[in-house]
Amino acid sequence: MLPRLEPRSGVSAAMMLLTPAIAVGLTLIAGVIMFAALGFDPGRALYTFFVKPVSTLYGVSELLVKATPLAVIGIGLALGFRANVWNIGAEGQFTLGAICGGGVALAFHGVESWLVLPAMAVAGILGGLAWGAIPAFLRVRFNANEILTSLMLTYVATLLLSYLVHGPWRDPEGLNFPESRMFEDSALLPVILDETRLSIAAPIALLIVLAGWVVLSRAFLGFQIKVVGQSPAAASYAGFSEKRLIWTVLCVSGALAGLAGMFEVSGPIGQLHPVVSPGYGFTAIIVAFLGRLHPVGVLFAALLIALSYLGGELAQIELKLPLALTGVFQGMLLFFLLGTDVLIRYRIRFRRRGARIALPQGG
Amino acid sequence: MAAVASDDATARLALTDICKTFPGVVANDRVSLTLRPGEIHALLGENGAGKSTLVKIVYGVLRADSGEMRWNGQIVQVGSPAQARRLGIGMVFQHFSLFDSLTVAENIALGIDEKVPMRDLTERIGEVSAHYGLALDPGRHVHTLSVGERQRVEIVRCLLQNPSLLIMDEPTSVLTPQEADRLFETLRQLAAEGVTVLYISHKLEEIRALCEAATVLRGGRVVATCDPRTETARSLAQMMIGAELATPERGGADAAGNDRLTVRNLSLESEHPFGTPIRNVSLSVRAGEILGIAGVAGNGQPELLAALSGETLCEDADAILLDGRPVGRLGPRARRARGVCVVPEERMGQGTVPEMTLSENGFLSAYLRSGMLRQGLLQVRAMSRFASDIIQAYSVMAPGPAAAAGSLSGGNLQKFIIGREILQNPEILIAAHPTWGVDAGAAAAIQQALLDLAKAGAAVLVVSQDLDELFAISDRLAVICEGRLSASRLTRDTTVEQAGLLMGGMFDEAGEIVETHAA
Repeated sequence: MLPRLEPRSGVSAAMMLLTPAIAVGLTLIAGVIMFAALGFDPGRALYTFFVKPVSTLYGVSELLVKATPLAVIGIGLALGFRANVWNIGAEGQFTLGAICGGGVALAFHGVESWLVLPAMAVAGILGGLAWGAIPAFLRVRFNANEILTSLMLTYVATLLLSYLVHGPWRDPEGLNFPESRMFEDSALLPVILDETRLSIAAPIALLIVLAGWVVLSRAFLGFQIKVVGQSPAAASYAGFSEKRLIWTVLCVSGALAGLAGMFEVSGPIGQLHPVVSPGYGFTAIIVAFLGRLHPVGVLFAALLIALSYLGGELAQIELKLPLALTGVFQGMLLFFLLGTDVLIRYRIRFRRRGARIALPQGG
Repeated sequence: MAAVASDDATARLALTDICKTFPGVVANDRVSLTLRPGEIHALLGENGAGKSTLVKIVYGVLRADSGEMRWNGQIVQVGSPAQARRLGIGMVFQHFSLFDSLTVAENIALGIDEKVPMRDLTERIGEVSAHYGLALDPGRHVHTLSVGERQRVEIVRCLLQNPSLLIMDEPTSVLTPQEADRLFETLRQLAAEGVTVLYISHKLEEIRALCEAATVLRGGRVVATCDPRTETARSLAQMMIGAELATPERGGADAAGNDRLTVRNLSLESEHPFGTPIRNVSLSVRAGEILGIAGVAGNGQPELLAALSGETLCEDADAILLDGRPVGRLGPRARRARGVCVVPEERMGQGTVPEMTLSENGFLSAYLRSGMLRQGLLQVRAMSRFASDIIQAYSVMAPGPAAAAGSLSGGNLQKFIIGREILQNPEILIAAHPTWGVDAGAAAAIQQALLDLAKAGAAVLVVSQDLDELFAISDRLAVICEGRLSASRLTRDTTVEQAGLLMGGMFDEAGEIVETHAA
């Protein structure tokens, strides 16, 4: 008896939309089992993880603060994944955005001008874009796999940041801590809700989601991206240049990740640290897939994953659960999502090998 | 009738009331068929009539929903092709299942069920191929063989198992006329030795020449059984379609205009390891005429088409000229902007994106020419209107512009693609296999549309494997063989025999026919 995957005759559109919900449900069930196995009251643990973080206005604002970079990066990745361009290095592009944006802030230290923030945003975008353009060049010119090159560049970026904050950009009055100066007010994003860290980055992220939606559903660029991803031969027949699209999606996703990195250092962090991201660039890959590579889906997925970050922190504080639990939850979510995805396309059949039908003798 | 009873008793294969339903389609509806030993029996029908389903049931690839199959008088259920082969049923498929990088003998060893030492096998291949005049070198690699030779490998593979029923699925669609004649001799010899041949085709003349009985399927049912030798091609076609057949009307005008598309000494290496490089091809298509390019599949047609459409760029811009201007280095988009439309070889995945709607697929190639793109944004209403226009004008069977292209049958999708390209009012149309797999009624409509387009002044280039089609619609004819193109000739001054010689590569450097007098 060997299990086999057999393609289903049709894929139901309703199921395609339902699978994220099913995956979330299965993750919760698995979470209950896991908490029970660890000796916690599952009800209380789940409450601490998923409800308590957003039971206050401050909690909701923190949710949006965490969802912002995920949504901004996720939109860019979704565009690329739709074109079968696998940018796995958003974390590095995010870091470069933080370095370039932060660099501008440090360079204009002491300058009070409204121009500082736009200059930082442009620098962040260009930094991320440059970091995305390297894999694009290597792919188009040498056919080098962008999964590997973009991933490897991530480590280059984090080491570069580490070098800068340990060396040239270290705060002269910082008691030798590996940190830059605190940015001045002109280099910090305006907060839009008092007593919180919620800045104008959140509404900008919403605009980016909307723009992504328009691009994918109405724009010629989005059409070309979808055709290249679904039928490369049809794209070639239609005259859509695959090379140009690879350049475009890697530069756009790099630029968006860079912008998110600049938002992070000029918003919640306010200076450069050796570590500026709790893995937003990698988590955004889950966000993009959980959102079915659709901008609106990406928005909801970003909120859900942001909740898992907050819940993980709270569970650590209140229940003394390890922070690794956040990663476990995110991993389970991706696992169940991919699993349900396979099962709506295929069914499992148990069949003995070489089944034979009785054959009359003679003849 | 007593005759029927005795018929059944001696029948090699008797099918009674075979039914097979797929979701939404009745593929076989109470089909009955009787095959006698030593008979060459035609199974005739349009695409989608249920021929393939029926033979797949006989060969054990599919299971019938109901009905009875008797083999030499005994009821059998064939559960797998291996079991069919043990019964003595062999089948040669339209699409070969051979490994390019293996030798003939290795391919045959893989395809038969018993384990035979390679030396014995090579010996038996030699015996069989000598006995039936199917010349084959067991040691040659398959990628060096012509299509006709590859088919021989498939036939020999079947014959090694001493079948008493041989099913041939559209065997001549890839052969030159001369190769087809040789195949018919082999089949007649097999029949004389008592082997039953079930011959599937929609080519009426060859059925009249070869078969002594025919069963005609239409819409999954048997609509007639007849002796094709006493029928005309026209009467057979009408049984098959169930309606009067429209013959394409020629413009008859020789008033061809200036050269629109010119190819000069084009040479291209193939990107595919087993592809065919293009060697020094020259041609020109004038306004108002149809140039037909005939040739057996696998002789460089995909490579030539990709170079013409711009999917492959030439090294030399001057190799391809549009109205005298070099375009060899321009991609498909720039060539479209200059009035070139293309019906590609593959309809799924190249001509259309299966997951996308017909609206989107209409836009796919027409985005430059029909106001569906403004300021970088798709004009959804115009896209839907364009798709509806195609569906109406070319009677595409589809629920509407929002239907996914992948949900259409091959023939309907082809009609959609042809309509999409012609409704763009091309000045130059390059069409690959325009009626391949399309039912006869629709094929006539497509051929008429191509003729009308040429009459209206467009330059039309048709690449096809169907010689009958090219003789029916083209003004001039050239033949591609092993990446070389013959000189073009006026179609009305060309005979089928001459075309056959050219398809076999019998032309010199200048592209003219070489008459061989060797026996």
